[in-house]
Amino acid sequence: MLRDIRPALVMMILMTVLLGLVYPLGMTGIAGAILPQQAAGSLQERDGKVIGSSLIGQNFTSDKYFQGRLSATTDTDPNDATKTVPSPYNAASSLASNLGPTSKALVERVQEDVAKRGGSKDKPLPADMVTTSGSGLDPHISPANAALQVARVAKARGMPEERVRALVAAATEDRQFGVLGEVRINVLQLNLALDAAK
Amino acid sequence: MTVNGWIQILIFIAIIVALARPIGGYMDRVLQGERTFLSPVLGPVERGFYWLAGVKPTENQSWWAYGSGMLIFHLFGFVLLYGLQRLQGMLPFNPQDMGAVAADLAANTAISFITNTNWQNYGGESTMSYLVQMAGLTVQNFTSAATGIALAVALTRGFASAESKGIGNFWADLTRITLYVLLPMCIVLTLFYVWQGVPQNLSAYVEATTVEGGKQVIAQGPVASQLAIKMLGTNGGGFFNTNSAHPYENPTALSNLVQMLSIFVLGAAMTNVFGRRVGDERQGWAIFAAMGVLFVVGVVITYWAEAGGNPLLTAVGVDPSAGNMEGKEVRFGAAMSALFAVVTTAASCGAVNAMHDSFMPLGGAIPLINMLLGEVIVGGVGAGLYGMLLFAILSVFIAGLMVGRTPEYVGKKIEAREVKMTMLAVLCLPLVVLGFTALATVLPVGLAGPAAAGPHGFSEIFYAFTSGAANNGSAFGGLTGNTMFYNSTIAITMAVGRFAMIVPMLAVAGSLAGKRKTAVSVGTFPTHGGLFIGLLIGVVLIVGGLTYFPALALGPIAEHFAMLAGTVF
Repeated sequence: MLRDIRPALVMMILMTVLLGLVYPLGMTGIAGAILPQQAAGSLQERDGKVIGSSLIGQNFTSDKYFQGRLSATTDTDPNDATKTVPSPYNAASSLASNLGPTSKALVERVQEDVAKRGGSKDKPLPADMVTTSGSGLDPHISPANAALQVARVAKARGMPEERVRALVAAATEDRQFGVLGEVRINVLQLNLALDAAK
Repeated sequence: MTVNGWIQILIFIAIIVALARPIGGYMDRVLQGERTFLSPVLGPVERGFYWLAGVKPTENQSWWAYGSGMLIFHLFGFVLLYGLQRLQGMLPFNPQDMGAVAADLAANTAISFITNTNWQNYGGESTMSYLVQMAGLTVQNFTSAATGIALAVALTRGFASAESKGIGNFWADLTRITLYVLLPMCIVLTLFYVWQGVPQNLSAYVEATTVEGGKQVIAQGPVASQLAIKMLGTNGGGFFNTNSAHPYENPTALSNLVQMLSIFVLGAAMTNVFGRRVGDERQGWAIFAAMGVLFVVGVVITYWAEAGGNPLLTAVGVDPSAGNMEGKEVRFGAAMSALFAVVTTAASCGAVNAMHDSFMPLGGAIPLINMLLGEVIVGGVGAGLYGMLLFAILSVFIAGLMVGRTPEYVGKKIEAREVKMTMLAVLCLPLVVLGFTALATVLPVGLAGPAAAGPHGFSEIFYAFTSGAANNGSAFGGLTGNTMFYNSTIAITMAVGRFAMIVPMLAVAGSLAGKRKTAVSVGTFPTHGGLFIGLLIGVVLIVGGLTYFPALALGPIAEHFAMLAGTVF
């Protein structure tokens, strides 16, 4: 076993230099040169200021905007560093609810959100409207979810519903190559289009 | 369930079947030390590694020398990764000023990565500096994957060679797999992922002013280079806390498909390498077919469970047509989340694109069962093949007992020593899984872990030790695992699950290598046909079922019936 020490140690060092420094730093250089926008996190600017990333969902609460998925992310409680408080769409600390399917807390939370959004057993809501996403940062909603928000947004903005519906249709992304993934709407892009349309 | 969902599943399966043979052929050439199209560039690097390390790549090592070199190599990996985490506050590439990782968490993470488990008791973007992500986690992702492939090839050589003292050279296998297989594929994959939107930078976290005027701090980092090997090496430890559900770590449906393909591709190709080594590719396809049957059954059940939605939520006004969406992302939906969950647990990857904890009871049971069966359905790179070959040894042994003949497998007589070692490898998993699960359900420190009450709480504990022992790394995330009790018990579980299986497996390889090849006769049980495939599947299911059915009944099965009765906890 003693004769294994030199090869083991030298190999680990060589692998660390090659795979831990040369490879990631080299890829950072190449990616930054040929795909600078994506490599930097697909950041989006408005009026010269970073307003977010086109890939990362953000929190919308106003009636004027379409609202994204519910988010289970948290942040440190400013009053007590050992505790956390809800902080939706915290992109510095992704988190899911991790509530199990028979969790009382889950059923009660969903029941409350369904009631808040005017749904009921006879008028069921789209699942993505009342469930939390896996990352807490889901940038998308389903077309059914968006359709239910059109009237509210149109009213708050004093815009004709037709106009809002047209913007939703324009923001709807089809499955990749017509087959991969699901039909979806990027909430940030839709809301930016709404703001631009005024 | 939708037609489109099934089409996506079929596309995935078709691509894997198509890739197994060509990639297997390339890997076989690499592992034989033959020239490939990359040799002009990488040959000098390879020889430089051997020269600096002072090894002779042609030296044929005994199983013991092969294994001891591997163990000491990983010991240094552990020390390095532990040290980097403890010292990250003083080291460069740390724009967020991450402080030292706590000792028990650092040790757990170090064992987790050297064993190819990648269990995450830490949250990547809130705990680890970029240096740890690159020089620590990424490196161990490569080396633990290369080791898995090396070990599987060593066992394959045991079957293929005749009256040989050795099973190959660990240093040569490690270097060649890393340089000629993993690194080139990762370079291509990294650029592909960046193209799809995965970040690759060293910037500090970006502070954005959102549309509504709030502040949003967005984590950054060298994500793509770590993601590429995380999937290809079936490691699964995410750059971010929510792993491949995070839009930066898996931005599009296409990146999702490529991630699933890269989990399976090398494991599937290894069955072909095995076939080529023993001189009959049909032997490899037989193993592949047995894996395929178990995989497809799992996909059907999980997709069915997830696509139907949660009846408890349907009852309070949720439309079930999109399926169970708690913990899932809209861009993947129920179909691709279910497929990803089965792929990641059939292989020992453990990356997730949806939260398994929030899956339906039976939807979450399949990932659990995939791991309990020993992750032999494609499995971890290499680990899946040697796991399945051990079951193949058991299968021919049982077949031999039934007809009263000395069992043989691909030209080697299977005798008492091989069967004993195989049983040792097969039994060490249930010992740690069931032992620690039982311990955690009676100790207050263990019971403090699960977030859920009732049977789901038991499932959370059971899943954690299963994931550790199977070196998977996915979790029912509701469990608070970052405690002294869970950090230490899961660390032991991971080490036993990896190394206590490897050592007897290498002993089998060494013992087989020394035997003569027996010629095929009319009395030989053919191991490339439907009968053998059926027997192999049967043995895998019977061993797993007998061992784990009681525990599964207490967890997901009890929860399923409670849910149908409308009970909440």
